[in-house]
Parts: sequence; structure tokens; C-alpha cells
Amino acid sequence: MNNEKTNKKSGFSLRGTNARKYAMVIVLLAIWAIFSILTNGLFTSSRNLSNLFMQMCTVGILTCGMMFIMVTGNIDISLGSVLGTLGALVAVLIIKLDVNPVLATIITLVTGILVGLWHGYWIAYRNVPAMIATLASMTAFKGITLGITAGITISGFPELYKQIGQGYLPKLFLKDANFNDTSLILIVLISIAFVIMDQRTRKSRIEYGFKVSSVGITILKEAIVCLAILAVGSIMVSYRGIPVSILILMIVAYIFNFIANKTPYGRSIYAIGGNKEAARFSGINIRRNMLVMYAVMGLLTAVAALVYTTRLNAATTSAGQAMEMDVIAACVIGGTSPAGGVGTIFGGIIGALVMASLDNGMSLLNLDIMYQYVIKGLVLLLAVAIDAQSRKKGN
Amino acid sequence: MESGNVLEMVSITKEFPGVKALQDVTLKVKKGEIHALVGENGAGKSTLMKILSGVYPYGSFSGKIILDGEEQEFKTINESIAHGIATIYQELTLVRYMDIVENVFLGHELRNSNGSINYDKEYSVTKKALIEVGLDVDPTTQIIQLGVGQQQLVEIAKALVKDARIIVLDEPTSSLTEEETNSLLNLLRRLREKGITCIYISHRLNEIFEISDSTTIMRDGRVVHTCSTADLDENTLISHMVGREMTDRFPHVDHTPGDVVLEIKNWTVYNPEIPGKKRLDNISLQARKGEILGIAGLMGAGRTELALSLLGVYGTDISGEVILEGKPIRHFSPEAAIKNGICYLSEDRKGKGLVLGMNILENTSLANLPALSNRGVINANEERRQAEQQVDKLKIKASSLEQLTGNLSGGNQQKVVVAKWLMAHPKVLILDEPTRGIDVGAKYEIYTIMNRLIDEGVAIIMISSELPEILGMSDRILVMHEGVIKGEFKYGEATQETIMHSAIGGSKQ
Repeated sequence: MNNEKTNKKSGFSLRGTNARKYAMVIVLLAIWAIFSILTNGLFTSSRNLSNLFMQMCTVGILTCGMMFIMVTGNIDISLGSVLGTLGALVAVLIIKLDVNPVLATIITLVTGILVGLWHGYWIAYRNVPAMIATLASMTAFKGITLGITAGITISGFPELYKQIGQGYLPKLFLKDANFNDTSLILIVLISIAFVIMDQRTRKSRIEYGFKVSSVGITILKEAIVCLAILAVGSIMVSYRGIPVSILILMIVAYIFNFIANKTPYGRSIYAIGGNKEAARFSGINIRRNMLVMYAVMGLLTAVAALVYTTRLNAATTSAGQAMEMDVIAACVIGGTSPAGGVGTIFGGIIGALVMASLDNGMSLLNLDIMYQYVIKGLVLLLAVAIDAQSRKKGN
Repeated sequence: MESGNVLEMVSITKEFPGVKALQDVTLKVKKGEIHALVGENGAGKSTLMKILSGVYPYGSFSGKIILDGEEQEFKTINESIAHGIATIYQELTLVRYMDIVENVFLGHELRNSNGSINYDKEYSVTKKALIEVGLDVDPTTQIIQLGVGQQQLVEIAKALVKDARIIVLDEPTSSLTEEETNSLLNLLRRLREKGITCIYISHRLNEIFEISDSTTIMRDGRVVHTCSTADLDENTLISHMVGREMTDRFPHVDHTPGDVVLEIKNWTVYNPEIPGKKRLDNISLQARKGEILGIAGLMGAGRTELALSLLGVYGTDISGEVILEGKPIRHFSPEAAIKNGICYLSEDRKGKGLVLGMNILENTSLANLPALSNRGVINANEERRQAEQQVDKLKIKASSLEQLTGNLSGGNQQKVVVAKWLMAHPKVLILDEPTRGIDVGAKYEIYTIMNRLIDEGVAIIMISSELPEILGMSDRILVMHEGVIKGEFKYGEATQETIMHSAIGGSKQ
């Protein structure tokens, strides 16, 4: 290696190291600060933030799938309707038909995948524009939901099953403590796992002879990340513990972030969105990738449906309505470009938090629902405008 | 201004970043003549015509446009149209789902007093124009129902409706059948009788000799010769087209060709857009290990289509055989080609080669991800190591592997695409216009890389429109013309003239 090269920065994360990522976190913290002041600290109480995390969970899970779809320049506007149908399905199976909850869960997840394959088939292999194919589903699944529920609300899940959406990790040892010990252990374990993986990556890079940041900087970086994990975690630990639904979201987000950054599949998705022709000429099977992508979206919709339905402990005919709009907004606010090619899971989750924070904060302020809608709409518009502007500069 | 000239373009110079596209070009066109404009690809013909039609606005070039004795400053396309200049591009620009009337008046609709479109009047005007160009279809026919030749006539009708005095035709016959070509040429003769001037860009010498009154020959952004067509013969014209000095820009090394790696037999492919029209006709060729096979030809000769058909992304009703290392290939797709070791570097670097929003690292590994992965996970360190190797080997100048390819110079962008294909370990590397749009230094480096690959035992097929490059680098040269191989030469046997002769489908000498 020549001298010029050894000076190269050794940043490995591909789409992660942009200023935008930090900007979004700052925006989120600013929103929290403003609401906290306006509500005299009520907004940032452990209890409220825990609730906020649970409220954003469904949208957060869906955002992970939608980010991929939007990166390829496509869309899925049937999410809300499909979520409603899948929620109704699991409710009918368990509550009305007394099906074993495990079996009911599996049936729901498989149905979700089938719905996704259905979308993928029409979009990837029949060249139906994604907007239209999923618009058709948006309408059709509203009807199917009505059919399954016979137009009435189905409620009353078994106590244990409800825990998916409502429950917290149970206390393990210190049943009487005023914090949740299981969650604390989990958070510490996550921090340790992060440090171990980071060290392993560093070692492997050294073996390959790449330049790595100095020991001091590495430790500093690891310390900051661990502190951040502990800070966010402590909010939940000091209330009732980590909600089960948040654990699900964290697992989903981790897996999808991994897919996006470390797998050929993830790379292909970005390439398809960045330049479809170049991707095709590089031997990437665009149709198959898109089919898989929509199938995965279907699976995630089923997971989100389980969380959503059990949190409300009911399947209603209007469940999930317009939820796709929140999901798309979360993606875009989080830096996913509607034009394709650009987007991160991290950003999407922050975007979902921003949307949920606006909802939650404005509700705490008792702001008229009318203003809530208008403000959320304007935030979305602003986010897209900023994206378009930064793109123009890039060119 | 000389009397009798309807148009004079004087001392036109146009620069693109790093390239002088036109240098002190002067074009004089007499009123009512058909003026042929000829030259190799990249000679500057299209650029000159884009200046005339206002695509490149006044101020973006130097020099003067004098129309009927008056200097003009076209800032928009509409201004040049208003002055009676109509350009008919190779790629037709009609709206496919509108009818003929709507297309003819698009953007210049005739209106009633209340502001609505006066379709009836438009209809009658269009009908007259269609009769004039000899197109016997109802003006309410949708464009999509018309053939390419008919669409061309609609374009000309559109020009006539706008009272065009000068019609520029850019390669008008490239996608026409012989019959359609003849009727187009007849139409141009009729228009000439009416005093309409025509600037005719074509690669087909027989058409030029058949129809034009004067000819201007361009080369490398300059006008090299203007005269009456009657004073020209085929050989003089060709020597003017190619007459540049061969300098030592090519590091040619004598190679010893080895075994045949890729063999194509009786390969016939039909044009998917024009049913029944053959795009490639009975092509047979062999590419050998350790040999650069140059494929020469003019634009539209079918060279790129040949490569694309091997990737399974072009053509219908394909017949013939492709044999790789003795085994016939049955499945054609970009994926299969890469697996088989056939790699294609596209002529369209930004459109088909690079993902500009991705960095060097990601672009370099894009065609090779399966091999870089263990159990579905990319080995990031291995990816980086191999990418760094390529960057070093090809001397790609960039601040880091994380630099976006969109921010690189053309030469470095091209090297990144080359790196991508080298990483995929090709047996046959098809390079389509490998040095298009890059500077001389980078060109030389690409040639050096080609020689090194030959030493490593790769078979290279180089498609190029630059004759010096073909002559300087190829061990063997095939010349294509309209989907047919018209000639084969060994290194040192061919001259620019003989190749050009085959490329324009010239008569056998």
C-alpha cells in the first residue's frame, strides 16, 4: 500500500457515517426537550416515554420493511389494511375458534408471507406499478377484514397472549425491587455484546492489515455507545421494564440493519434503487429480489399485526387504518429517499420515534386533533423538501 | 454573407469540461439544397446541430449563426423553431399515446377565441401536411399504431406545419427499411423543389451520393472539407473522414493467440421493437485466449446489440449457437454470463455501469457479491482487500474507497467499472467503447490494463468506434455493418480506409 492509501479513513459502516444521522437524533432530542418544557417534565417521565416506545412499536416494525421497499423506489400502501386483516385473523382463530395460540400465530405469519408474495408477484413479475398493486390490496383487504370479523370488534385474548403487545419482561430475581432486574441484565448484556463485537471487528481488520482507530478512540466510542444504550434502557428499567413489544422491535431492527449492511441481498436492494440497469448488468436478479422483499414485508406486517392487536386486546374493523402513512412518513423523516437508493434502518426508527413523539406530545398538551393532523402533515412535507434540496446540491 | 446562402454558422467553438467538441467550425448552406454532413461518431455533427436548434443556448459557445443575412441568438429551442429551423432526431420525439394532430401541434396549439383548442382547424392543416409528405393515414391515428418510417413522416409533417425553412435530419434512415428509405429520399427531393433546405446527417455513403448537393466533412470537432458532392468520390470522402495521423498512443504488444474461448455460430437476432427486422444477421466469430478482438463499425451497426444478446437482455427470435470453452451456453442472462465468466463493460458508463450514489467499494464488488460472501454474509474485510487491490492495480485516484463514484472523473469512473469486472475473474471480457469520454492519459492506462489482462489469459472483445484505437490495439479486427460482419483483418493489415469502407457497407474493392 502506498502512503496516499494509508491515510484513508477506516470507517466501515457504509451508509451510516453521515452527518444526517446525527442531525436526526438531535432533532428528536429537540422535540423531546420542547415537549418536556411545555408539559413541565411530564413528557420525559419514565412512564410516558415507556408508553411512547410502545405506541411507536407497530410503526417501527413496519418501517424496517418499508425502508427496503422505498430504497428500491417502490411503495406499499396496503400495510394498514393488511395489518387489520391479519389482526382480525389471529383474533378470530384464538378467541372465536379456540385454536392453539402457537398454531394461530404461525398461521398468521404464513398468511402475511403469502400476502407479500402476492404483491411481489404482480409488481416484480407482472410489471404492475407498486402503487397500484398495493392500492388494490388496500381496498380488497378492508373487505376481507369485514368478512372475517363480520363487522364487529373481537376482543378478549388469553392473558398470556396479551403480553406480546402489553407485557413487560418479568422480574427474574428481585421481585420487590422498584426497578426491573431482567431488563437491567439484558441491557448490560447488550452493551457487553456490542463491545465484544466491536473488538472482534477491530481485530479482524488488523489481521487484514487495515488501518484502525487507536485504542483510546475505540474505547471512547464504545463507552459512548454503551452509555447511550444504558441511558435509553434506564428509562424503561426504572418504570416497569422493557416491554415485550419493544424487545421484538429491537430484534427486528437489528436483523434488518444487519441485512441492509452486511448481506449481498441488502447490497442488491440499494443497487436496484440506485441504478436498476447497473444492478441488472452486474448480475443481480431484480425480480427475485423484489419478490423476496415483498414477502418479507408481508411477514413483518403479520408480526406488527400481532403486536398491535394484542396491545389493544381487540381486533376492530378499522384497525390499522392509514397506518401506512405513518410508516412512509417515518421512513422519509428518517432520511429514506422517496426516489430510491438511500435509506437506513436507524433513520427509519428515529423517524418512527419522531412521529410517535409528535402524536404523544401533542396529545399530552391536549392539542385539538385537527392541529395534530396538520402539524404531522407539515413535518412530512418539510422532511421531503429537505431531502429534495440536499439531493439537488449533491448533483 | 454570400448571396444564396440561407444559413451560415461562422467560427463556432464549443467546449465541454475538458473537451473541445467543436473548434472554429464554419458551415455554409445554400438555400434550397440538400447539404450532407458526414463524419465519424464524435466528429461533432450532432453538437453542431444542437447549437443550431438552440439546445445549447446562445452564450454557451462562441461564434455566429447567420440566418438569411441576420445574426441570430437562439436562447431556447422554441426561438430556433420560430425562425423556421426544425430538427428531426434519430430518436423520434413523438408522444406515443397522442394522435397525429395532437403531436403536430403539441406546444403550439391553435386556439378558439375562448382559449380552447381548435381541433377541427388543426385537423385540416394536419391532413394537408400529411398529403404533402405522402402519408396516407387518418390524422386521428395514434402514434403508437404507426411504424418508424411513418412516424418519421409525421415529424416532417410537423416541421412543414411550422413553416420550417431548414430541416435537419439526424440519421433519418438508420431504422428504416429500404422501401421506406427510398420514399423518404423522394420526399426530400420534392421538398427541395419547394425551396426547403435540408441538412442531412448520415453514415450511409450511397444515400449521400444519391441525394445531396453539397457535402461537409467533419473530423475531431473541425470541418475538414466542404465541396459540391458531384466533386467527391467514395475514396476521397473516406480519406477526409478518417485522415488523421496515427501517433504512438497505443501500447500495442504482439500477442500469441491461444485456444478459442468463445465461439458464436450463425447468430441471428431480430429487433424487438420492429417486428420482422433482423438486427444481427448470421454472425459467426471466435474469440481466443490472449487476443484482443476488435469489432469496428459505425453507430447502429449492431455491435452493442451483439453483446447484449449474449447477456440475454436484447433481441427476440434468437437463433444460432454460443459455445464457451467447448460447451454450448443454453441460458442467457447477465447473472448466467457472469457465472460463465463472460463480463460486459457497457458503453453507457453512468446508465448501466455504475451506481453513482454508491461508493467505490460497493461498486467494485457489486458483480461479485456471492463469491465474497460466507453463508449469505458479506466478508467486509475480504471485500475491502480485493477492492483495494484493484484500486492499486488500476491506479484509481480517489480520496478513499468510500468516495462516491458520482464525484469521480470520467477516467476514474471507467476504471471503477473495469475494476468491477476484473474482480469477477472474466474469461471473456467484452469492452464496449472502453475509452469513450475519457482523457488521453486515462485511455493509455486502459490500454495498458488490456495488455496485462491478455498476458493473464483473458480473451478481450473490444467494441470501438474509434478507428485509431481499433487499429492500434486489436490483434484481429471484425467490421460490422447493419448487423452483418463485412470484413475481417489482422493487425497491420487494415488501414482506416479499408475499415471505413467495410463499415459503411461500401462496394467490394
